[in-house]
Amino acid sequence: MAKSHVSTTVNGDPVEFLCDAPETMLDVLRNTLGLTGTKEGCGTGDCGACSIIVDGRLVCGCLMLAVEATGKSITTIEGIGAPDRLHPVQQAFLEDAALQCGFCTPGFIVAAKALLDRNPDPSETEIRYWLAGNLCRCTGYDKIVRAVQHAAAEMKGQPA
Amino acid sequence: MQYQSPASIEEAVAALASIGGARVLAGGTDLLVQLRSGTASPAAVIDVKNIAALRAITETADGFRIGAAVCGAEITDHAALVAAWPGVAEAAGLIGSTQVQGRASLGGNVCNASPAADTTPALIAARAVAEIVGPNGRRSIPVEQIATGPGKTSLAEGEIVVSFLLPRRPARSADAYLRLIPRTEMDIAVAGAGVNLTLDADGTIADARVGIGAVAPTALVLDAAPGILVGTKCDEATLAKLAEAAGAAARPIDDKRGTVDYRRKVVGVLAKRAALIAYERAKGAR
Amino acid sequence: MTYEPKNLRVVGTRPIRHDGADKVTGRANYASDFTLPGMLWGRVLRSPHAHAKVISINTDKAIALPGVKAVITGADLVLPDAGITQAGESAINTQHLAKNLLARDKVFYDGHPVAAVAAISDAIAQQALGLIEVEYEVLPHVIDVDDAVKDDAPLLHDDIFTEGVEPRPEKPSNIAKRIVVAKGDVAKGFAEADFVIERTYTSKPVHQGYIEPQGVVANYAEDGQAMVWCSSQGQFLIRDLCANMLGLETSSLKVIPAEIGGGFGGKTTVYLEPLALMLSKASGRPVKMAMTRGEVLRATGPTSGGSYTTKIGAMKDGTIVAAEVVLKFQAGAFPGSPVGAAVMFCSAPYDIPNLSITGYDVVVNLPKIHAYRAPGAPNGAFAFETVLDELARELKMDPIDFRAKNSAVEGSKSPYGPTHGPLGGIECLSSAKNHPHYKANLGPNQGRGVASGFWINIGGQSAATVVVNRDGTIALVEGCPDIGGTRASLAMMCAEVLGIAAEKVRPSIVDTTAIAFNDVTGGSRVTFATGIAVVQATEDAVRQMRERAAKMWDIDVEQVGWRDGAAQELNGNRSLTIAQIAQKAAKTGGQIMGHASINASGAGPSLTTHLCDVEVDRETGKVTILRYTTFQDAGKAVHPSYVEGQMQGGAAQGIGWALNEEYIHDAQGRLENPGFLDYRMPVASDLPMIDAVIIEVPNPNHPFGVRGVGEAPIVPPLAAIANAIYDATGVRMRDLPFSPPKVLAALEAAEKAKG
Repeated sequence: MAKSHVSTTVNGDPVEFLCDAPETMLDVLRNTLGLTGTKEGCGTGDCGACSIIVDGRLVCGCLMLAVEATGKSITTIEGIGAPDRLHPVQQAFLEDAALQCGFCTPGFIVAAKALLDRNPDPSETEIRYWLAGNLCRCTGYDKIVRAVQHAAAEMKGQPA
Repeated sequence: MQYQSPASIEEAVAALASIGGARVLAGGTDLLVQLRSGTASPAAVIDVKNIAALRAITETADGFRIGAAVCGAEITDHAALVAAWPGVAEAAGLIGSTQVQGRASLGGNVCNASPAADTTPALIAARAVAEIVGPNGRRSIPVEQIATGPGKTSLAEGEIVVSFLLPRRPARSADAYLRLIPRTEMDIAVAGAGVNLTLDADGTIADARVGIGAVAPTALVLDAAPGILVGTKCDEATLAKLAEAAGAAARPIDDKRGTVDYRRKVVGVLAKRAALIAYERAKGAR
Repeated sequence: MTYEPKNLRVVGTRPIRHDGADKVTGRANYASDFTLPGMLWGRVLRSPHAHAKVISINTDKAIALPGVKAVITGADLVLPDAGITQAGESAINTQHLAKNLLARDKVFYDGHPVAAVAAISDAIAQQALGLIEVEYEVLPHVIDVDDAVKDDAPLLHDDIFTEGVEPRPEKPSNIAKRIVVAKGDVAKGFAEADFVIERTYTSKPVHQGYIEPQGVVANYAEDGQAMVWCSSQGQFLIRDLCANMLGLETSSLKVIPAEIGGGFGGKTTVYLEPLALMLSKASGRPVKMAMTRGEVLRATGPTSGGSYTTKIGAMKDGTIVAAEVVLKFQAGAFPGSPVGAAVMFCSAPYDIPNLSITGYDVVVNLPKIHAYRAPGAPNGAFAFETVLDELARELKMDPIDFRAKNSAVEGSKSPYGPTHGPLGGIECLSSAKNHPHYKANLGPNQGRGVASGFWINIGGQSAATVVVNRDGTIALVEGCPDIGGTRASLAMMCAEVLGIAAEKVRPSIVDTTAIAFNDVTGGSRVTFATGIAVVQATEDAVRQMRERAAKMWDIDVEQVGWRDGAAQELNGNRSLTIAQIAQKAAKTGGQIMGHASINASGAGPSLTTHLCDVEVDRETGKVTILRYTTFQDAGKAVHPSYVEGQMQGGAAQGIGWALNEEYIHDAQGRLENPGFLDYRMPVASDLPMIDAVIIEVPNPNHPFGVRGVGEAPIVPPLAAIANAIYDATGVRMRDLPFSPPKVLAALEAAEKAKG
């Protein structure tokens, strides 16, 4: 079976790759495009470590075929924040010690950014349910939820 | 495995008909897991997400038409649909995580024919009709006739569900869906119940329909529900009868997610609680 | 090194961790993020049976598949000499390890590796697994610990004769070991007691649940020099175990520590690394292997389930006079459950005159049990702290007062031997009692539970090097993988001693050729033991800088002090900053580098008390955690945010263990829930904020008073939640987990009993 040729946009850059039909977007990001910030924790959509944003929707990279990327716009952790300035969510995670091992962190940051993009003032409950698809085994979520609240305040120009 | 992404329903049907063992890919949140684990190895996947008709939610004089490839997040983002069919929307909004919501489709949830699919009991309660297109043309069936057993459907070779029709919402009418999972998110329903009620001007239930899930090989219409609910004001005794009827109708199994006994009890609790929510919503509805 | 109070400027503050930016941007490299040119992909074929003889393995078709470069089986792994390797709190028997890596004549659990393949792509490697033909003779299996100790139980090993029993048994059995801790006269104690309560409990195996699956890249070169890149809790342990399995000299193997995506004890052994090395050796190519989540759950160490009986007697005034505990732990396929720790520590928060605690280590058809955060202690505390709750109610005493009355304090003799130094148990209890949480009102169907926990913490071998750069910044070189912020805590202690900002110290965790041997990151030891090494190495660097300053000033070194990142002339006004000294280092004797390599003892035990409020849905049995507060003696919190993080994270793991986590097996002994869908760890919406109250009773054996903090937080939640459910419902839950069906069944049984 010949590989498929896919043209897509990743973190604003035009990207082309070849893939087999069963390959997931996660496989291609990590193994073909070298974007290893997106992690694999389960491969079944249950942990959120591979969270990416596709055409504005938060999805799991492991639950999307790479061939489906044609014509789409994809944002990964590598596309969040600028070289000279971290995104407020990233900065809040640092300041609030919202990570321990750091493995789930890229997925949480992508998911939290997607939340704040559509809901700039989420309640604690809204944050917790939005992030329920992102497993963290280290923190007990307390400092993660606080960091998202902190980032929301920063983004509204109200230092928390 | 081949990948095809047809732009029309006709092309999709033709592709399914021409490739033996092809599978429809909508959200892919079940199919990709099956591909990875090797439990599915289709010759081709036919991605239906590029077919406009399957991606649209449209409001018509008759109600709402929801494309089969519409994902959960698109349903819960649709204000008019959520206002008219809060129970269907909350069922769609319960499938998996935010990430899964961004992919998992209504059609996939129903057509995977999991006994525990969250939307099926809510769609049953809503009297939803599935529109199906296949090599022999178009047909429509009530949603409860799609699944015939765990993982099995009544769809013929080459047929796909293209949309679901929800009827126009009458006055003083509302629905609700509840499920029980061990955690607050990320689990498969241990039991679920969808309730759809219409009230008279004085608050008496005039019409009722209840679907229950995860307690039998397929989601069930709770046939006893109208007899119990209609003519009442959803009082405690009525709710107790409804709970008992739901438990009695259930034909559950013991598995890693729950026991027979537990499922029977809990489906009754859920039916009763969902009925109360639907009743309160209907009272508040125009 | 001993503790002395000092004015601290860095220790106790909350700087941004040094590795933080890499981890919030996705730059940090974990095990599976690494690639090498020409790399192959490896996969493992695993047993589908819980217990079976391996009659034959035929790999001919697999090796013939185009793209397959190597296939190995147990026959390719030479059984090493018998020996024990210490891995933090675990002891690894090297022969058992070899048999666990690749099955030989028998498979002992669903998921036991039987062969491994390397191919030019992951897809081909997976295809090749399907071509390996294994003939099994399926044997009866046993998983439940009470079944496994029966005389007619299926026997896993014919060479296990219970240790710790005199005379040595004549027949082999599944009971690998009996361990007893005893003091006083238990019979006499119970005879004196006014109240005696005896209860039996059970629990299921639970997994560490780290989000990063095991992964490795191995490269075995033609000259016999090999390299392994992997994430583990100790690169030196991985090196030594791999060298042992492959018969390599230590210097032939370099292990490079990747960032580690969680471990909790589970990454203090090897699963893939030796296989990747063998495949690399056989193929002449680098080999990458990574587990799926299913493989992680089926074949890497969960911790033990078991059954536990506790009997405690108390006087009317609340004095506990006797305790008798019998603990049976599942060991998995090979001996070595953490029952010993449970035996030693389950009663350790208390000073009890008459004690008899017996533990049994029982092999069953599960993956080889491996360390999980305070291994064994949560099981023991569950069985002990719930009986205490029942006794407190019998005595009509406040459960905190009851615990405080019996608390072990400085000078009391621990159940496991030594006399306690300073302990923070009383401080935790009184802090809990005075906390607003303990006084808050509860609604209908809500209840509050209290439980305490103890963990010993360990010291061990650590090394550190402090390199003084020309610009006055510091390279801190150390050898313990950073799972939860130890780069920051170690750099802070270095900065504190130097009198500079934490940001001026750049910590690096280096490979096995770049520093002396370090024990694993485990046993809550790094901030304590490696912390001492860092302080000593920093003091060594300070001593050298004072010497250089003395040389530059041409005075005696005794005339040179050290303050605020600079050498200070004691009898004058001159000072030299680190940079000024470093820039002249070439002319004053060469570059400056402090070093220390130690074996630390004197880790201070951690005591902790948890408060938990729950609400129980009486119609569905579902338990919701409403409020949770932890109180823990950290000795000294070097970076309080990461100490709080340990307390919160450990509590969350304990909550998962209490409510929904369990291994579920089918009738054939296969794991039915090998994924995060049905192995139900807590998600964000399951938990409230978890308040962490840090108590600081300094450990006299650390320069800043540090105790370990990482493990104790998982000890009390099982009992705290059981006690809270009782408070809410009047029903005692004694079989973990307290999942909705079990709670509902217990509520209904209680209703029925009432009539």
